[in-house]
Amino acid sequence: MTLAPTAPVREATAYDAFSRRHIGTGESSQRRMLDVLGYGSVEALLDAAIPGGIRVEEGRPSALPAAATEQEAAAELRSMAGRNRVRRSMIGLGYYDAVTPAVILRGVLENPGWYTAYTPYQPEISQGRLEALLNFQTMVADLTGLATANASMLDEATAVVEGMLLARRASKSRSARFAVDADALPQTRALLAARAEAVGIELVETDFADGLPEGELFGLLVQYPGASGRVWDPSEVLAAASAAGAVTVVAADLLALTLLRPPGELGADVAVGTTQRLGVPMGFGGPHAGYLAVRSGLERQLPGRLVGVSVDADGAPAYRLSLQAREQHIRREKATSNICTAQVLLAVMAGMYAVYHGPDGLRHIARKVHDAAAAVAEALGEAGFEVLTPAFFDTFTVRVPDADDAVARAAAHGLLLRRVDATTIGVSLDEVTAADPLIAPLLAHALGHEPVEDGAFGLVGYGHRAREIEPAALQRQSDFLTHPVFNTHHSETGMMRYLRYLAGLDYALDRGMIPLGSCTMKLNSATEMEPVTWPEFARIHPFAPREDVEGYLELIGQLETWLADLTGYDAVSLQPNAGSQGELAGLLAIRAYHRANGDGHRTVCLIPSSAHGTNAASAVLAGLRVVVVACDELGNVDLEDLRAKIAAHRDDLAALMVTYPSTHGVYEHEIRAVTDAVHDAGGQVYVDGANLNALLGYARFGDFGGDVSHLNLHKTFCIPHGGGGPGVGPVAAKAHLAPYLPGHAESQRGGEEALRAPVSAAPFGSPSILPISWAYVRMMGEEGLRDATGAAVLAANYLAARLGEHFPVLYRGDNGLVAHECILDLRPLTAATGVTVDDVAKRLVDYGFHAPTMSFPVPGTLMVEPTESEDLAELDRFVDAMAAIKAEADRVGAGEWPQDDNPLRNAPHTAVAATAAEWTHPYARDTAVHPFASGTAADPATVTARIRGKYWPPVRRIDQAFGDRNLVCACPPPESFA
Amino acid sequence: MTSIEDLRYTSEHEWVDARDGVATIGITAYAADRLGDVVYVSLPEVGDTVEAGTVIGEIESTKSVGELFAPMSGTVTAVNEALADSPETVNADAFGEGWLLKIQYTELPELLGAAEYQELTRA
Repeated sequence: MTLAPTAPVREATAYDAFSRRHIGTGESSQRRMLDVLGYGSVEALLDAAIPGGIRVEEGRPSALPAAATEQEAAAELRSMAGRNRVRRSMIGLGYYDAVTPAVILRGVLENPGWYTAYTPYQPEISQGRLEALLNFQTMVADLTGLATANASMLDEATAVVEGMLLARRASKSRSARFAVDADALPQTRALLAARAEAVGIELVETDFADGLPEGELFGLLVQYPGASGRVWDPSEVLAAASAAGAVTVVAADLLALTLLRPPGELGADVAVGTTQRLGVPMGFGGPHAGYLAVRSGLERQLPGRLVGVSVDADGAPAYRLSLQAREQHIRREKATSNICTAQVLLAVMAGMYAVYHGPDGLRHIARKVHDAAAAVAEALGEAGFEVLTPAFFDTFTVRVPDADDAVARAAAHGLLLRRVDATTIGVSLDEVTAADPLIAPLLAHALGHEPVEDGAFGLVGYGHRAREIEPAALQRQSDFLTHPVFNTHHSETGMMRYLRYLAGLDYALDRGMIPLGSCTMKLNSATEMEPVTWPEFARIHPFAPREDVEGYLELIGQLETWLADLTGYDAVSLQPNAGSQGELAGLLAIRAYHRANGDGHRTVCLIPSSAHGTNAASAVLAGLRVVVVACDELGNVDLEDLRAKIAAHRDDLAALMVTYPSTHGVYEHEIRAVTDAVHDAGGQVYVDGANLNALLGYARFGDFGGDVSHLNLHKTFCIPHGGGGPGVGPVAAKAHLAPYLPGHAESQRGGEEALRAPVSAAPFGSPSILPISWAYVRMMGEEGLRDATGAAVLAANYLAARLGEHFPVLYRGDNGLVAHECILDLRPLTAATGVTVDDVAKRLVDYGFHAPTMSFPVPGTLMVEPTESEDLAELDRFVDAMAAIKAEADRVGAGEWPQDDNPLRNAPHTAVAATAAEWTHPYARDTAVHPFASGTAADPATVTARIRGKYWPPVRRIDQAFGDRNLVCACPPPESFA
Repeated sequence: MTSIEDLRYTSEHEWVDARDGVATIGITAYAADRLGDVVYVSLPEVGDTVEAGTVIGEIESTKSVGELFAPMSGTVTAVNEALADSPETVNADAFGEGWLLKIQYTELPELLGAAEYQELTRA
């Protein structure tokens, strides 16, 4: 007999679908939301919102496999991880295996309280990670011996490029020449070459042993220690260069600087490098935090983000981002750099590594590494090899008969070496290899010469014999990390509690919605996050041989294919490690394409006035000239002005950069007319993918005229924001631009890719976080991604409809609908009541929310993006809060509360403020701190839970001007809190 | 000091107090107000020669950056050193203590009168 199934199979499948975990609104909630909007289905809503001309054709075959469940995706990831091989890396070149203290691994990298936070633009609710970043800045400044460090860079090679650009800005020399150490890291030299050419800088490769090159320079780069491992004293070279008006940049290894005289003491103006080896996994190339520090007087030239100390409304010390006016959203094409994202999560880890180990611990680790390197060099020397590096910290080169043979022999013993040339290998020790007392005899044995008898036993106890670093004149004498924070949390209990304390100060997605327009703060699911810390993804050197990374290459290949299919392009490069770098890579591809066609004179880049400032900054760094195109009163590209600008630049038009949906959060109806006009004039169309979350599954950039785009995997594809980085900004292009996408000499895929110029230090950028986006696409499938887009657009329109009763929605598209976000115009409210955008944003904290995006892209407005991941209850809680705040503002407007003393102007309210012995304000204490308890439709149990679980901001409103006028960017002394 | 009515102005919101071949230059109160809390002022060095209409400095607030244009060609004879420590003076006393620099010139271009400038800010 046959048994009929008791329930339809489909229902079980639907229950297991990841999309119903990722999308916050279920069917019944969506129905209620659609009722408010007057649409019968999500499909009908999207039909009305998205212009018909750009929709993907019905039934288009998808390259994506059908959605996997969470368990299936995890199993596939396990299988791919199994095809990576973790061997002991002795390759060096700026990447070292590191021991991540487990308390930091769990407490930071695997903790949603840290990784789901946003960039600390709302400093009052970001004091925890701002303190952690201040620790990072203090650590970098101390170790490099310089005055001020920023809050991290994307990677070492990018940091060197930024150092070079800083030198050009700061140098009084008009020269266009920059001298580069011949012993600099090869990936750094490759990136410098690619970037310098675009901005008209001439590089002069120099062996500084022979002194400075002839002729004037605006700056120079010294690698310290060198890529070969060589330790030498560059102070005379630096002094001579400074005397000649050049700005000097030293790329330095921070672990080495615990033992070596730091760049600041040697006369460097700028120090750059990476903090990867301070407890951050290699991850096949990233993400890690690069660093950049400057001497006193160059602070205002620093690119990227900089944390500083200011005071709050009570005069208490409080942290914030300093000097933000330097950033691209203000300065656009005149910005100091196109880089916005930092690597906050990784910088926090590196800073905590220093907090946990302290100065003595770091010195101890450095000595261990140095001792082991000396022991290995000695063993190889005794085995008959010629060690070519006389003085070194952790790396040296060795002459061998046949380098390929030597590398292969070592690999067979599980050791990866660097092939320098046909008869030279590089050997590099780190925290992990140094812990193996047998590493020296093992390597000597592997290379085919037995070490002399006592070589294997030349040990002290179970470690290597202690040796002082040479030359003696370069031994570090100065103290570092003397601040109490680096000398307190050395027990695991202490560290665990310090991490918990800091995370507790911050508002991240684990507390509630972060409705930041243009930032897409959606779910970063646990299943997506788990593989990041698996050793087979985490402990892989970016230049490991191909046979060690087959699993990675498969994952990368699949993700590239899927992203290309979803966006309508032919090729994708995952190398750019931030959106800004994706923009740069795309614009460099356009430039290279024009030049290859004999159109090198095409250098004008049209950018709408509404564009994100990074667009303009990236265009300048790609060697293009920015011409601004006006927008009409609806926020769309002004077609008439576009046509006029195109006509004026018919002969030198290179490209148009356009964001779709627009930065105003609407589906521009005329996008095809825009892209056609540019193409007709011989230009290329760059579509900024920042707002892709409103399109996925419904429309593709490549189908409506895009030639190239960058995507933000940290927005649309679930990589967490990490409190301000990491990001991944892949660049996707049509076939004609594909030959100009980033490549890398060390790419394990070889071929033509190995001949193309890079945009990051590592061949695949930040691969260890790519499993997140892979898992998201794998678990959603084409249909799930489409459902997510529908849910995101529905949520945004629901908020626009309900909030529109209280605040005008500034821009709407077809049928009065918005895309995935909406802009609330607060200017009429400010005019009527004096209540500002700041007041509303800070008051939202008292209601338990992170503020929406403030004053971008239009001053005096809030841009709200709920994403698909929030449920209806959370959306309604936000509507309630905004409505209540509007009512409070009206009371100010009516004169019931004074302009300068009301719950909005005094927001946010701390526990200290609310419990002050004397309460003089014209509103009650519970109005200050529990305003959400009254006037809500929520049930009593929910209200009680909200009161008990209330998020208390640790500081009151922060004085922005004070912090910028009194720049302090290192940990303040404990007395300042008195 | 010359009264606000008697100063001359540029369309870049700078005021000019020109006498005996030396012009004292600052930004107007209107401009300082629009910029918001000034936190940093970057000025040329004494002895620099400047060309009319070119950018010679920057005025940075917490939310914006304004460029300073040379109203005339000439040589910088003085800069307001006090602004390094207290840039907020530009907000507090734009026409007085908040002056920015002095330029020695040989020729003065055509500048706006107070009424004309006021007309400009009303537009």
